[in-house]
Amino acid sequence: MLYINCPHCGMRSQNEFSYGGDASVKRPELGKEVSDQEWNNFVYNRKSLRGKHWELWQHLFGCRQWIKVERDTATHEIFSTLKANEEIS
Amino acid sequence: MPQDFRLKDGGLINRDKKISFKFNGKEYFGYEGDTLASALIANGVHLIGRSFKYHRPRGFFGAGVDEPYAIIQLYRNGETEPNIKATEQELFEGLEAKSVNCWPSVNFDIGAINNYLKIFLPAGFYYKTFMWPKSFWYRIYEPFIRKAAGLGTASIKHDKERYEHKYEYCDLLVTGSGPSGLASAYAAAKNGARVILAEDKSRFGGSLLTSEVNIGNQSGKEWADSIISELKEMPNVTVKNRSQVFGYYDHNMLVMSERISDHLPQTKKFHPKQRLWYIRAKEVLISSGSIERPIVFGNNDTPGVMLSSAAKEYIKVYGVVVGKNPLIFTNNDSGYETAIEFKKNGINPIILDTRKDPNSEIVDEAKDLGISIKNSYVVVAAQGYKKVKSADIAKISDDKEQLGAIENIKCDCICVSGFWTPTIHLASQSGNKTKFNENIDAFVPGISKQNEKTIGAANGIFTLDETLKSSFTIGQELSKKITNNDNKFSFPNVVEKKSTAHDKFWCVPLPKGKNYKRFLDFQNDVAVSDIEIALKEGYRSIEHVKRYTTLGMATDQGKTSNLNGLQLVSKIENKVVPAVGHTTFRPPYTPVSIGAIVGREVGKHSKPTRKSPMHSWHEKNNAVFVDAGVWLRPRYYKRGNENLFEASKREAKNVRTNVGVCDVTTLGKIDIKGPDAAELLNRVYTNAWLKLPVGKARYGVMLREDGIVMDDGTTTRISENHYHMTTTTAQAANVLSHLEYYLQLVWPELNVNVVSTTEQWAGAAIAGPKSRDLLKKLFPKSDVSNEGLPFMGYLEGDLFGVKAKIFRISFSGELAYEVNVESDNGNFMWEKIIEAGQEFKIQPYGTEALSTLRIEMGHVAGSELDGRTIPYDNSLEGLISKKKDFIGKRSLSRKAFTADDRQKVVGVVPLDKKTSIPEGSHLVKDSKAPLPNPKLGYISASCWSVEHDNPFSLAIIKDGKNMIGKKLFVMSPLKNKIIPVEIVSSHYVDPKGERVRS
Ligand SMILES: [Zn+2]
Repeated sequence: MLYINCPHCGMRSQNEFSYGGDASVKRPELGKEVSDQEWNNFVYNRKSLRGKHWELWQHLFGCRQWIKVERDTATHEIFSTLKANEEIS
Repeated sequence: MPQDFRLKDGGLINRDKKISFKFNGKEYFGYEGDTLASALIANGVHLIGRSFKYHRPRGFFGAGVDEPYAIIQLYRNGETEPNIKATEQELFEGLEAKSVNCWPSVNFDIGAINNYLKIFLPAGFYYKTFMWPKSFWYRIYEPFIRKAAGLGTASIKHDKERYEHKYEYCDLLVTGSGPSGLASAYAAAKNGARVILAEDKSRFGGSLLTSEVNIGNQSGKEWADSIISELKEMPNVTVKNRSQVFGYYDHNMLVMSERISDHLPQTKKFHPKQRLWYIRAKEVLISSGSIERPIVFGNNDTPGVMLSSAAKEYIKVYGVVVGKNPLIFTNNDSGYETAIEFKKNGINPIILDTRKDPNSEIVDEAKDLGISIKNSYVVVAAQGYKKVKSADIAKISDDKEQLGAIENIKCDCICVSGFWTPTIHLASQSGNKTKFNENIDAFVPGISKQNEKTIGAANGIFTLDETLKSSFTIGQELSKKITNNDNKFSFPNVVEKKSTAHDKFWCVPLPKGKNYKRFLDFQNDVAVSDIEIALKEGYRSIEHVKRYTTLGMATDQGKTSNLNGLQLVSKIENKVVPAVGHTTFRPPYTPVSIGAIVGREVGKHSKPTRKSPMHSWHEKNNAVFVDAGVWLRPRYYKRGNENLFEASKREAKNVRTNVGVCDVTTLGKIDIKGPDAAELLNRVYTNAWLKLPVGKARYGVMLREDGIVMDDGTTTRISENHYHMTTTTAQAANVLSHLEYYLQLVWPELNVNVVSTTEQWAGAAIAGPKSRDLLKKLFPKSDVSNEGLPFMGYLEGDLFGVKAKIFRISFSGELAYEVNVESDNGNFMWEKIIEAGQEFKIQPYGTEALSTLRIEMGHVAGSELDGRTIPYDNSLEGLISKKKDFIGKRSLSRKAFTADDRQKVVGVVPLDKKTSIPEGSHLVKDSKAPLPNPKLGYISASCWSVEHDNPFSLAIIKDGKNMIGKKLFVMSPLKNKIIPVEIVSSHYVDPKGERVRS
């Protein structure tokens, strides 16, 4: 079971969180014209990387904040975590 | 029955307390502190089961966790449990055990015929033979194999025992209480670290219980006892016996199974049988010791052949000798220690040492005691069927290839020592890259992936002095990093006998003309010849060889067989062992009971049960409940002998003619506040929300980004910046997370807060033509007329002194209201509604009538909004705003979603107006078309229309808008039904929607 550092609450076990997918995906702005391909990429296409990956988790049974977690998908090592409003550098 | 094999004194058992037990129906006794194995051996019982494949007789091989043979069926307190190792099961009064894998009895077993057919049962036999013909598998092969194989019978009764889970955190977890575990735990504890010390056995001390050493001025066991009692007194230390750390998972999470009551005749009141500990440790010290390796020779599975360390443990711990005429077969000094113990107890052993001329303090002691030693000698084969009677032995050449003349010597047991294998399972599970240590012919932990270190014998350190020094130091250093304390102490003086190098010999060659079975894996009956076949057939990877031959795949996970299997593969392949590599170690290290894994989450506790504040009223009024997600909801209220169908029809009919009340507390409720609340709703819902006036409700549909309908519900504007959203019962949690996702990540500029208020409000839906009359009685001070409270209107009212929210919304197609009060007042509200409703013939209605009412008015719900449909499919396209963007809108212009013949919700009526239509049935054009009959659509929900008094269903069907009026067939192969039907509008009741506005 992973041990995740919630930027709001500290170290908590994985069973307090729910997984939320790739954190690098940006939703196209509302009202903006987007091509089928762009929209398709946003909704469906994910890289499914092996290795370092920024992903979203929600601290569901804690502070209910969505957070960003940099994790290695092969080794499960977690390198850093960010609040929702902090940009991935 | 006399205990022929029990020594007059000695051992750690309590000879003052006799314990009686039964094995295979026969009564015996042992002493407090015995295991089932030690008690049986004391009573001269050496035959305990039959082997898995050949049904060969099986005795005892070890004295603990590594035991491959002595698996029994245990009977305790009216329950039975399979797969118990007799070497681990502590004796308790009234214990009963039986042999497994034998029929009709362990002494005469029909399956033993396999032993004579063994040339037909080589490696891969099951794969090769039972593959063909395929139809034979289920009828003939599988039932036969199941009966013939099997290692016991699982109970089919409900397990009444309690199992618990516990979460724990510590600075240092130490897995094993041998010398390395005790020293490191002690050093860390003295530095103030939070330490958990786990010991698998009932006694602490590990190898100190059986070795002749001195630490300071104490014996090894005395030293262990004093350290343990000191640790137990320390508030920062948890010491646990009967606790096996069996799994090492990510981020230093380890799982330990504690056997709290298995050693007792029955579990004490309020105690669990077992407890599973989830331990998050900052650092882990693996002090799991080592397991003695067997040497491979002919018939080495005969009862009486066992590990020399086990024979020593039976003497030193249990005061039991495994034989009175023992032969010790060894390639190292450990065998001598066992021989010395026999000799000290008046028994004359013979040592066969594969080494030519070993010299050490231990060897000298054996010589001084006058023990007979034969150097450069091996056991070629054990003789005897149900017990060793003699051994064929021979001299072996210096290159270990040539055997001399075979001699036969009498013996009643053969104690084997092929040197030691570090127990690296936990280290390997943690991701440690193990390495091969040439000096000890075994793998040891290498580079750590997690915060883990392996110490003592588990790390290949086999002298006590070095073990203690390194373990003290590691415990001290690790704890210093965590606590910043640096408690100094001096190392105790250690007295131990020096040993000399072992002989890298592991397998005795076959003598000319003999074809003895030489077993590697004793539990799965895998012999040297099986590995040879696998390699001949082209298997190369050790992982493939393992699966083909089942080497190391039994419940003992090859604790005694892995390395010898690797030696064999590397010898045949002419590679070195590290190049062959070992198979992956996976948790659990030892079998864990299903009960412990499940814990308390059984039956009613497998998920939470949520009840509305009116639950007790429903119970008192004959409600029959149904699970709605985690909620318990009344399905119908039973009157007299009514069944579900009759009761729900009556309840629904009463709503259409008079008035009904339904508990809708379970609906999800979300409170939304902030200056940008309207903007959020406008982005989340498909329709327009910016102009909704205060005091008005609106129906809304929300989509996922892929255009699929996520949820629907009404949202009411309570005040300028305050909204009350309702969601379906099932989606309440998902919708809240969905809103939080957009507010926190996508549109953080919106100034809005959302919070779940589902449990803060109790809700009652009042529906039917007389509902307004009832409302007037309930809220005499409020204007609830059609003008004062129009359709989709909202009022705050006073319900006999209780503040209430009144929404004029309808799920039934009738004039209807929903009243919400704070949860604590829910029952008060309900009773007032029932009381005031008597004159209007009010009846409560359950979820079944609720469904009937919504289906016949064509209101889509969960069975249509099933995560696969878009607004158009549900005839909700009128709610799609053309002017604004919202979540999922872009997806709706996808080709498939705009196709002309897109599926749509319709109504379905059977032509005979009598036959009920099963939900999930398929709609087809021609009921006699050849299979597979093209499917046009499916029935999503069915009811008995109380308005028309005939069956009515909703269906989602391709090209739905052009299907109205068509005659089709409903087919349900499951119910074996073909029903001719007509497709009609989904709005079967009040299609113009006049009633809700009346
Ligand atoms: Zn948090």
